[in-house]
Amino acid sequence: MTELTYTEPKPKIYAGATGDWELVIGLEVHAQVASKAKLFSGASTTFGAEPNSNVALVDAGMPGMLPVINQFCVEQAIRTGLGLKAQINLTSAFDRKNYFYPDLPQGYQISQLYHPIVGEGEILVDMTPGIGRTVRVERIHLEQDAGKSIHDMDPTMSFVDLNRTGVALMEIVSKPDIRGPEEAAEYVRKLRQILRYLGTCDGNMQNGNMRADVNVSVCRPGQYEKYQATQDFSHLGTRCELKNMNSMRFIQQAIDFEAKRQIAILEDGGSIDQETRLYDPTKGETRSMRSKEEAHDYRYFPDPDLLPLVVSQDLVDEIAARQPELPDEKRTRFVTAFGMTEYDASVLTSEVESANYFEAVAEGRDGKMAANWVINELFGRLNKEGIALSESPVSAAQLGGIIDLICNGDISGKIAKDLFEIIWTEGGEPADIVEARGMKQVTDTGAIEAAVDDVINGNPAQVEKAKANPKLAGWFVGQVMKSTGGKANPQAVQAIVRTKLGLEED
Amino acid sequence: MTMTLNALTIADARDLLAKGDVTSRDLTQSCLDAISDASALNAVVTTTADMALEMADSADARIKAGDATAMTGIPLGVKDLFCVEGVRSQAASKILDGFTPRYESTVTSKLWASGAVMLGKLNMDEFGMGSATEYSVYGSTVSPWRATGSETKLTAGGSSGGSAAAVAADLCLGATGTDTGGSIRQPAAFTGTVGLRPTYGRCSRWGIIAYASSLDQAGPMTKTVRDAAIMLGAMAGHDAKDSTSADIAVPDFEAAITGDIRGKKIGIPREYRLDGLSDAIAKQWDDGAAMLRDAGAEVVDISLPHTKYALPTYYVIAPAEASSNLSRYDGVKYGHRAKLGAGDGIDDMYEKTRAEGFGTEVQRRVMLGAYVLSAGFYDAYYRKAQRVRTLIKGDFEKVFADGIDAILTPATPSPAFALGAAAEMNPVEMYLNDVFTVTLNLAGLPGISVPSGLSADGLPLGLQLIGKPWEEGDLLNTAAALEKAAGFTAKAARWW
Repeated sequence: MTELTYTEPKPKIYAGATGDWELVIGLEVHAQVASKAKLFSGASTTFGAEPNSNVALVDAGMPGMLPVINQFCVEQAIRTGLGLKAQINLTSAFDRKNYFYPDLPQGYQISQLYHPIVGEGEILVDMTPGIGRTVRVERIHLEQDAGKSIHDMDPTMSFVDLNRTGVALMEIVSKPDIRGPEEAAEYVRKLRQILRYLGTCDGNMQNGNMRADVNVSVCRPGQYEKYQATQDFSHLGTRCELKNMNSMRFIQQAIDFEAKRQIAILEDGGSIDQETRLYDPTKGETRSMRSKEEAHDYRYFPDPDLLPLVVSQDLVDEIAARQPELPDEKRTRFVTAFGMTEYDASVLTSEVESANYFEAVAEGRDGKMAANWVINELFGRLNKEGIALSESPVSAAQLGGIIDLICNGDISGKIAKDLFEIIWTEGGEPADIVEARGMKQVTDTGAIEAAVDDVINGNPAQVEKAKANPKLAGWFVGQVMKSTGGKANPQAVQAIVRTKLGLEED
Repeated sequence: MTMTLNALTIADARDLLAKGDVTSRDLTQSCLDAISDASALNAVVTTTADMALEMADSADARIKAGDATAMTGIPLGVKDLFCVEGVRSQAASKILDGFTPRYESTVTSKLWASGAVMLGKLNMDEFGMGSATEYSVYGSTVSPWRATGSETKLTAGGSSGGSAAAVAADLCLGATGTDTGGSIRQPAAFTGTVGLRPTYGRCSRWGIIAYASSLDQAGPMTKTVRDAAIMLGAMAGHDAKDSTSADIAVPDFEAAITGDIRGKKIGIPREYRLDGLSDAIAKQWDDGAAMLRDAGAEVVDISLPHTKYALPTYYVIAPAEASSNLSRYDGVKYGHRAKLGAGDGIDDMYEKTRAEGFGTEVQRRVMLGAYVLSAGFYDAYYRKAQRVRTLIKGDFEKVFADGIDAILTPATPSPAFALGAAAEMNPVEMYLNDVFTVTLNLAGLPGISVPSGLSADGLPLGLQLIGKPWEEGDLLNTAAALEKAAGFTAKAARWW
């Protein structure tokens, strides 16, 4: 299979008063592991349950309770690591991150600071056809989510919901390889796509199942290249961390704001304080949450309640053998196997469901035609009506049936669109509908000839004009199509009209 | 007979129960009576009389039905560190004021499943931190022992001082203890009882309120070595709910006690012969070695070169883990919450609650632990301590690989001291009490304290035997030989 090749996108340039600036961005994405049970307890992870109904004793930090690793979450992390072409660490370990907060009942979060389960990997962030950057992934580690503090239900009291407490998260940490706001959003989009393909995270950003901390710094052109050559961070600017972003749009906006803020400070002769900032989407600005001096001392140390996490190479191999085809491979295959454009392949592979739908339609049919129908007719209609593909009223088999009828010459493209409309609203077998409703196009030349004769005989003046100006032949075709209710095969009509008018084929 | 049933050993009681000569109800009632007469000892902090009698009746039914285990019908006391369903379990701390778990620790549920009877909860140092059972929200436990001709109140040791006092005073036939740095063995030595700390991972920690997770281990405190073997059999076993519990079969520990220790190699570590070790303790130790030699064992000098680092290592690792384990006690979910003033925020709640809820020793260790884990100090303290821990473990592995079967040491540097003396010591002096015991916690090894004699003023002294990992049976056998040779039969003269 030929590989698609990509040219790296140009870094986004911010023109300042004192010259150009570039951005350096790294992301820490927290992805909730798709798992029915929590990382260290059997409690359910169902979203939207009654507050404090999905809480095991260990989640609530009850005295004497102990964590036990959920092996499925471990497998999900391995699956994710393999999906990002990353090294899997057969021995990893859990550490405690200590801090006080009411939604953290143990008083510490169990995480993996010193020995993460997944090491270095990479993600191809494809921006537009032919343009893409391979962003390096530094590590993925497993950790517990915290609960939810609710401060607005009572004027004097706060409430705590522990349903989310202890839910498994994967923290996916990128290297500072991202060079612009759009790239950052695309990185998250691509990561989300891969995780959804793998089934290791549902990627639901609205529910907070995927959220990102974004590290942003600015530097002069040329500095980043020095960093790349040496991996020495001193060539880069001081970074600020934008916490808890849960939308691609906000990520993009926040980075853009933050870049301009930092540039303004630097151009004013100031310096950037390393700090954690929050983005306020209503005001469109970031504001300081805590400075480096105010940063917590988390007093990390190995969790003595848990043994080192040891996985076998056999398990890794077994998971690798069951890996699904991922978006990059699928896109490449669609381009090479079906001859479609990279753009169409990207659209079709954006979700594994749409790719599967397409492949069901394309099975044994013309790939390009299938792609056109899936993208233009089906996706267009679904988007317009705001319906998910899984709820589509037209199945892959039905759409395939429509395409078959076109290819067999039973219906024209125009009739096919009517047929699509009928199936969309009423359902049914395409071939049966065409049969029952007499939608089959007329290919019987005798019948077409009779219809053409009728039009010619009824319009002698038009015949004369057409003989002088052959372009007017199209009018006869239109009249015949009209009189046959659109069912006549248009190519046949065209040919007969031209013969009868004495216009030679040219 | 009813008056003395509580003085029985577990083994004797088992045999009498099996023969139908006594009932668990009588046995239990006798213990309950002893408990109600012993309030001066302050060993039992919650008595569960109704529960005890109910459990005794079902034990009697079970014995009648021929479905008894060795522990069926045996009345026990439980250290307050164990969560017992429906019974106040607060680690002798104010911060867990009124905490009544809706779950049962694995160790106690195994004991109840074997038919043992729950008499009540026993006093201890708050969260297991202490060597005198003086740091307790319930007040100090008083040892049943007194020096000859003295009325000075003595400590029963700690942290399992309530357990030790209760066993020594015949308030129960046996008791559970936990041992993080010597909390079973030191109180046993102070009270003329037997205390066994099993191999780390032998008993599940699930449902035991954590002090230092990598060091905590539950074990039996009994009147005899045989009883310790019987009781350990009912407490031990793999538990999927504790990731650090070992999936290793539980042998018949009692059957391992054959009395034959001929050919066993007993090591005497030279590093334990500290400067200023009292003559009385040194003599006990030499006598113990001689007894084992007379019983046919080979006694050899060995070296455990990193011993001197054990105490500082312990007092880095244990507080570090404790500072984290105890951060869940924040006033949010259960137990004590400080009354807050107008305008007090969440940090005020934490600070006031923890200042009021934790005693001084717990506060000291939490702060010590937070310090050694803090940024900039982690490498110098915690990481270094972990490295030393590995070296200490290596010392033991080496001598065991060289053919040593068990190691004999004193259990404590002195006999029991007066209550209140701890308050006058500086904390480091207090911590020296653990000098002989902490090493094996760091190495995860089993150890047992066996009463070996009386001091000149009539107080019990104990010797410690350290065994190979997972070889508690062999260790108990050696301990039984020592016990037999020492012939310790003294009992505290009743003054309470």
